Amino acid sequence: MAVPRLYKTEAVIIRQRKFGEADRILTLLTPAFGKIEAKARGVRKTTSRMSGHLQPLNRCMIQLARGRMTDVIAGCETLESFHRLREDLDRLSESLYVAELVERMLPERVPNYPSYRLLLDTLRRLEQGDGREIALRYFEIRLLDQGGFRPELEQCVGCGKQIEAESHFFAPRAGGVTCPACAPDSGGARSLTLNGLKVLRQLQREPYNKNARLRLDAPLAQELERHLRSYVVCVLERDVNSAAFIDRLRRESQLTPAEV
Amino acid sequence: MNESSPAIAAPLARLVEEFYKLPGIGPKSAQRLAYYLLRMPPAEAQALAAAIIEVKERVIFCSACQNVTEEDPCRVCSDGSRDRTVICVVEEPLDILSIERTRAYGGLYHVLHGTISPMDGIGPEDLKIRELLERLRSDDIREVILATNPNLEGEATAMYLTRLIAPLGIKVTHLARGLPVGGDLEYADDVTLARALEGRQEVQQDNRDGASA
Repeated sequence: MAVPRLYKTEAVIIRQRKFGEADRILTLLTPAFGKIEAKARGVRKTTSRMSGHLQPLNRCMIQLARGRMTDVIAGCETLESFHRLREDLDRLSESLYVAELVERMLPERVPNYPSYRLLLDTLRRLEQGDGREIALRYFEIRLLDQGGFRPELEQCVGCGKQIEAESHFFAPRAGGVTCPACAPDSGGARSLTLNGLKVLRQLQREPYNKNARLRLDAPLAQELERHLRSYVVCVLERDVNSAAFIDRLRRESQLTPAEV
Repeated sequence: MNESSPAIAAPLARLVEEFYKLPGIGPKSAQRLAYYLLRMPPAEAQALAAAIIEVKERVIFCSACQNVTEEDPCRVCSDGSRDRTVICVVEEPLDILSIERTRAYGGLYHVLHGTISPMDGIGPEDLKIRELLERLRSDDIREVILATNPNLEGEATAMYLTRLIAPLGIKVTHLARGLPVGGDLEYADDVTLARALEGRQEVQQDNRDGASA
């Protein structure tokens, strides 16, 4: 199909980096084209008409002109600016984590509407505020699914037997849960509580509205976060930068300023 | 780059290579600059080389405000006529020049040398935040003005600093957000426009016939 020189798409801006004197290269997630990069000219000048619209996490209608290397943004308008995400440091750090995962896990220019939908829904859930923990874990599980890295939660990834509901381990490098017998050979397997396994399965099987009412106590929330993050790190083969910032904020909120 | 090409002398190739490392310089610009230097009078080329060496040897960071300076403390920090109870926090040394140009500010500065950028792995420990907190504790500061850029990273940095500074009982303010001079209402984004509305100010009646009040 011939693509016109000028085209229009909705997009969420998931990343930006400076380029040249006053330009930026933006990474966009679009409903129809997947993840694309585009150049925004002159947006670092105060008089730029577009800079306010092209902030990370904004959902915009963007007009793009095909370029030789990267497409160039010709015009844009904000559709949704998630301002409540930006005004709270905890929510902001969580949404940056979400954006970073999307940016790293999805390949360029591969259409992926479910991931676009998931990103938007997750940002809205984080903005709404309650149950952010569940929203994040649900996002991780679903994005792994959509990216082709679905963790196995039913059968042991070592021997293939159905997991018995008393003793089980989570082995990120082997790709899912293991039985006690296979755990030692599965590299970095850590024990997974029964409640942990149940919640992971439910997140994987059920749509969000069936999960939204889940309430996790602190140890369970921590366990799930730890397991899923180690799985994500395994898949990406690198640390997630914004996760370090989330951890730091959490740590410091328990300290007095004198200790920072 | 084609540094192995026999058509280019090795020292010249090296110079092209060095220019290429600079921000905003592509391969063609690097070549142009290098060939320009080649044709320059020797004295001018010497002066350029000397300036580069001098900037690396003589310019240091001010121990108080972290700005780049020749002397420590820098001339702003040692200027007795400035208000020593207000600190304006900026991202980069160049921001100080912009604020000084306005002639609207007479307090001290603090340069962070960057912004928090969680996705790029740049955290608070990479900025001069510890130094700022030290100043706030030891000096008699009434107000901290956060003058970080009004974009995502700048705002994140400002929010983070507010969390640290507010418990110290110091007033924290940030620069107003609104419409740029020479801008166009039609093209303003919702966030800017909403902030501009929030921060609207009562119009001062202009004094046309001198002292009428």
